[in-house]
Amino acid sequence: MADDLLIPITADVDVVTARQRGRDLAAEAGFSSGDQTVIAAAISEIARNILMYAKRGEIALSLVANGDRQGVVVVARDQGPGIRDVPRAMQDGYSTSGGLGLGLPGARRLMDDFDVTSDAGKGTTVTMKKWRRMNA
Amino acid sequence: MEVPILKQGHYLIASIQSALTDADLSQLREALIERVGRFRARGVIVDVTALDVMDSFAVRTLRDIAHMARLRGAETVIVGIQPEVAFAMVQLGLTLKGVSTALDLEEGLAFLNVQTQVRIDRGPGRLDRG
Repeated sequence: MADDLLIPITADVDVVTARQRGRDLAAEAGFSSGDQTVIAAAISEIARNILMYAKRGEIALSLVANGDRQGVVVVARDQGPGIRDVPRAMQDGYSTSGGLGLGLPGARRLMDDFDVTSDAGKGTTVTMKKWRRMNA
Repeated sequence: MEVPILKQGHYLIASIQSALTDADLSQLREALIERVGRFRARGVIVDVTALDVMDSFAVRTLRDIAHMARLRGAETVIVGIQPEVAFAMVQLGLTLKGVSTALDLEEGLAFLNVQTQVRIDRGPGRLDRG
């Protein structure tokens, strides 16, 4: 499997870089152009959340295989203030930043696996995966 | 990267050429709203054919452009949303409600021609018609 791609997120141009790298990786792994777009959109939302709430962080991209499935794994990490109420942050329309409140719940709908861990004062890690069947 | 804005008759056409950062999108919003006044534009077309992804910030900015332009007297139509982009937008929960859309530039121009004709017909003359 390819090495992890690590993209530091410190400015809005990094959001564009992260989603383009994610799209490229998904394309290399044979994901459909529809899935590439879905993955890019999810990365865009999550990367923007880093900028908005933590100011800086990073996104790691990698591929994994699981039986006959191949997945794109996106891990977004920051050492920001953390999410006080994760279940609430996963609800549509809930935002503490004046945004649309679609970032986390929207990204969850786009991806197959989605996990958020957050410690108040220590930071947030979002791990999300999109799978595709590898057939001959 | 700055988005070129063309003036064609009573319309402004902003043709996005490549991926845009949040700052680029905000800059496009300011430029369009200012030019609606400067060129007395009746219509605005934002062509997003080249955008390979639209996230919540992009959609919010396009919606703001449409609403702000309307407050300045111009109708906006977003053209060229690609099928994959539309799919991802719906999954994200982004609908562009209240904003006009058309398949491509040609359809967008036809739409504006109808919209602005209605405005001209109803025009300011309505006040002293009696």
